[in-house]
Amino acid sequence: MKERELRDLITEVKTGRLSRRAFVQRMLAVGLTAPMAGMILSHSGVAMAATAIPYKPTKAGGGGPLKLLYWQAVTLLNPHFAVGTKDQEGSRIFYEPLAGWDSEGNLVPFLAAEIPSKENDGLSEDGLSVVWKLKRGVKWHDGTPFTADDVVFTWEYARTPETSAVTIASYKDVKAEKVDDFTVRITFPKPTPFWADAFVGASGMIIPKHLFADYIGGKSRDAPTNLKPVGTGPYLFVDFKPGDVVLAKLNPNYHVPNRPYFDTLEVKGGGDAVSAARAVLQTGEYDYAWNMQVEDEILLKLESTGKGKVSIVPTGNIEFIMLNATDPAVEVDGERSSIKTKHPLFSDPAVRQAINLLIDRSSIEKFIYGRTGVATANFLNNPERYRSKKTKFEFNIEKANQILETAGWKKGGDGVRAKDGKPLKFVFQTSINAPRQKTQAIIKQACQKAGIDVELKSVVGSVFFSSDTSNPDTYPHFYSDMQMYTTTMLQPDPQIFMNQCVSWEVATKENKWQGRNASRWQNKEYDELYHQAERELDPVKRAAMYITLNEMAVGDNYIQGVVYRPRVTALNSNLTVDLSGWDNDMYQLASWYREA
Amino acid sequence: MGKYILRRLIIALPSLLGISLVLFVLLALAPGDPFGELASNSNIPPEVQAALRVKFGIDDPVLIRYFRWLVAMLHGDWGFSFSSRINVDQLILQRVPTTLFVVGSSQIVALAIALPVGVYAAMRPYSIFDQVANTFAFIGFSLPTFFTGLLLILVFSVNLGWLPFVYRVDIAATGWHWYWENFKQAIMPVAVLGLFQAASYTRYVRSAVLDVIRLDYVTTARSKGLNEGKVIIKHVVRNALIPVVTLVALQMPAVFGGAIVTEQIFRIPGIGSLLITAILANDTPVIMAVTFVFACLVVAFNLLADIIYGWLDPRISYS
Repeated sequence: MKERELRDLITEVKTGRLSRRAFVQRMLAVGLTAPMAGMILSHSGVAMAATAIPYKPTKAGGGGPLKLLYWQAVTLLNPHFAVGTKDQEGSRIFYEPLAGWDSEGNLVPFLAAEIPSKENDGLSEDGLSVVWKLKRGVKWHDGTPFTADDVVFTWEYARTPETSAVTIASYKDVKAEKVDDFTVRITFPKPTPFWADAFVGASGMIIPKHLFADYIGGKSRDAPTNLKPVGTGPYLFVDFKPGDVVLAKLNPNYHVPNRPYFDTLEVKGGGDAVSAARAVLQTGEYDYAWNMQVEDEILLKLESTGKGKVSIVPTGNIEFIMLNATDPAVEVDGERSSIKTKHPLFSDPAVRQAINLLIDRSSIEKFIYGRTGVATANFLNNPERYRSKKTKFEFNIEKANQILETAGWKKGGDGVRAKDGKPLKFVFQTSINAPRQKTQAIIKQACQKAGIDVELKSVVGSVFFSSDTSNPDTYPHFYSDMQMYTTTMLQPDPQIFMNQCVSWEVATKENKWQGRNASRWQNKEYDELYHQAERELDPVKRAAMYITLNEMAVGDNYIQGVVYRPRVTALNSNLTVDLSGWDNDMYQLASWYREA
Repeated sequence: MGKYILRRLIIALPSLLGISLVLFVLLALAPGDPFGELASNSNIPPEVQAALRVKFGIDDPVLIRYFRWLVAMLHGDWGFSFSSRINVDQLILQRVPTTLFVVGSSQIVALAIALPVGVYAAMRPYSIFDQVANTFAFIGFSLPTFFTGLLLILVFSVNLGWLPFVYRVDIAATGWHWYWENFKQAIMPVAVLGLFQAASYTRYVRSAVLDVIRLDYVTTARSKGLNEGKVIIKHVVRNALIPVVTLVALQMPAVFGGAIVTEQIFRIPGIGSLLITAILANDTPVIMAVTFVFACLVVAFNLLADIIYGWLDPRISYS
């Protein structure tokens, strides 16, 4: 998709011929996030029209208890220490950011009075600063008023390296300053097209200055408030047992009228995902269960009992396969898969193309993931056809055979193709996880029919995803030919996501395999365009660039999508909630209510 | 006696030291990394990871880390949980009461079943009752707790809907209602652990009683004209239970181990489930502390078993 096509689409949205939702869905289809789509629209003069959240209760309270179940228990309640989403979720009950992302990529104000835009002078023309106006009359749970000082302090706290805040990336390069008690200006060192990162969403929760001021830097872990949060959120802290339970009660002074609905809140943790699904969908012991990594078949069966429903919202997470651009069998200077080598089989584009044709994505979706994984593979190869969902990817053993045959890979006596004495044999690794092993089997079978011999390897997740430099089985080491895992898009802006393909991020021994480019695919054009996109201020142009980057990466067949992984949650049937795949599940907790 | 205990305690020290060293080295050599989750998280720059690693001293050589841990432990500092960012002792102390409650009640249930059944079965060996009791005991200790736990959940929570299967320490009721709720949620985990233990205890009790019941002094007691109840309780069981008591003491660490699985299934916030979450999160200080606590329990209960044995059986002397 080129810039002009994008502009045409935006005009269609402006004139009302294309709905906002449809636009967002098309952006998702070409690999952009909903928040990014929202930014494009707002820049082009289509206001961020946060969808009104249905909320029927006419007064706060009276809803009784709300019981949430997390099969991974919350272990800490400081949002700036929250490594996993579970901890972000726990913190989000008490703390709020200036704004969050809804499911259609709109910024929704929480502690901000309004979303900065050019119209309200919030955004500067040069892309060097943003001015946030804060909501007035907001009080911390202990009664202290919330002001710009707290926002500036949060920046100071998170950006100090000794604090070891995991949110440091959002704050270390920007500068926050107080304009007046209810106005904060953020300035960027260079023009920044995606300005809504600091103080927004999961990494943007504001913490109270008066309680954390003495615990900035090295003393951060001693702050008593780490375990007893005092925020601005809809529920007040009651009790917390790390790894077990968080208890909260209604905040009578919440800054949004008539909210929240529930009187008490319990977040229980532990156990496993399947029994958590059971507790919500089948026995109704709990109202909500987080992150249902459960086979769809089981979910459907449990849903049929009628006590609960499953909610599925889109995210940027994608389960994908990468081919190694380097040779994992040869050791150069003490490392395998060295960038000084070339893969003996995959350096032939025909082989890569054949493998792409041998991934039976629709079967993988249909028989393995169901609603929890949507087949979306080739979409980036065929942007002009993105409208048709069915033609985006192809599973064709015959065609794969043909391509290999013409490229000179001939079948030998054992049924395995070979060329120049190199047999088409390789190792395909992934982490241990039932759906992944089933996917591996489907691909292996198809490859066999095309004369490719695939050896399957599964590594325990805690090893595969670790940063252990001495263990050769981690995914950044990539000491095999092909591997598969889910890459998560933690930030709505694709910039960080897309650096998984730039040449300076290649994982090597030198950078202790910290580089994010595990496939070691390198492309000069890609690098250049990536740099351009970093500087580009016009969000439409920038989006077009990211789409092109996506095409480059996927078009070369070194990176091949398998399924989208939407976020799946289990809910009690009469609970009304608003969930977004671009923010924490708890982002609209204040608006959750129960239908009588 | 006092001298004996002192001597045993002094012997226990080097074994604990050895256990801790082995545990520490094993954990250090095991794959996985407490900051693995940070590494795969693209939002966190490598500098922060490096800062955290330095802060927690993860990259130092194993032995240096071990001595640091040991010195801290001697000062009463159990370490600092990476994933919760609080002190480990605080974390463990929060969990101990729940585990003690569940393990304790299951032991009471186990003994309450095993004693009468075992004794009665031994009084009438190879009778129908004995056969049935034996069969059940056999089934009982052949079935692992994770299986019986799931089975009970399926029957009593899912199909019948009588009992909750998520254990909560924060029941918001007062008075009788609170006790009732606690009782209800404890039934299944206590039954799972209790019945498992009861099965093996029954067999121990039965064979111990059987050994004693045929001895001459029992026949003498009977021929004196004592009634059967008195013979059994005063003369047989009293002597037969000496090995059983030590067995129960020796079994305690195993019970704590069995509780790990049960706690995970029923979401009981005890030290067992703490151990599992810590292992999954590669939270080494917590794993180390919990396994070390288990090691201490083994050593302590061994000592206890020896002391009780001597106290119950006057023939044993400690000099």
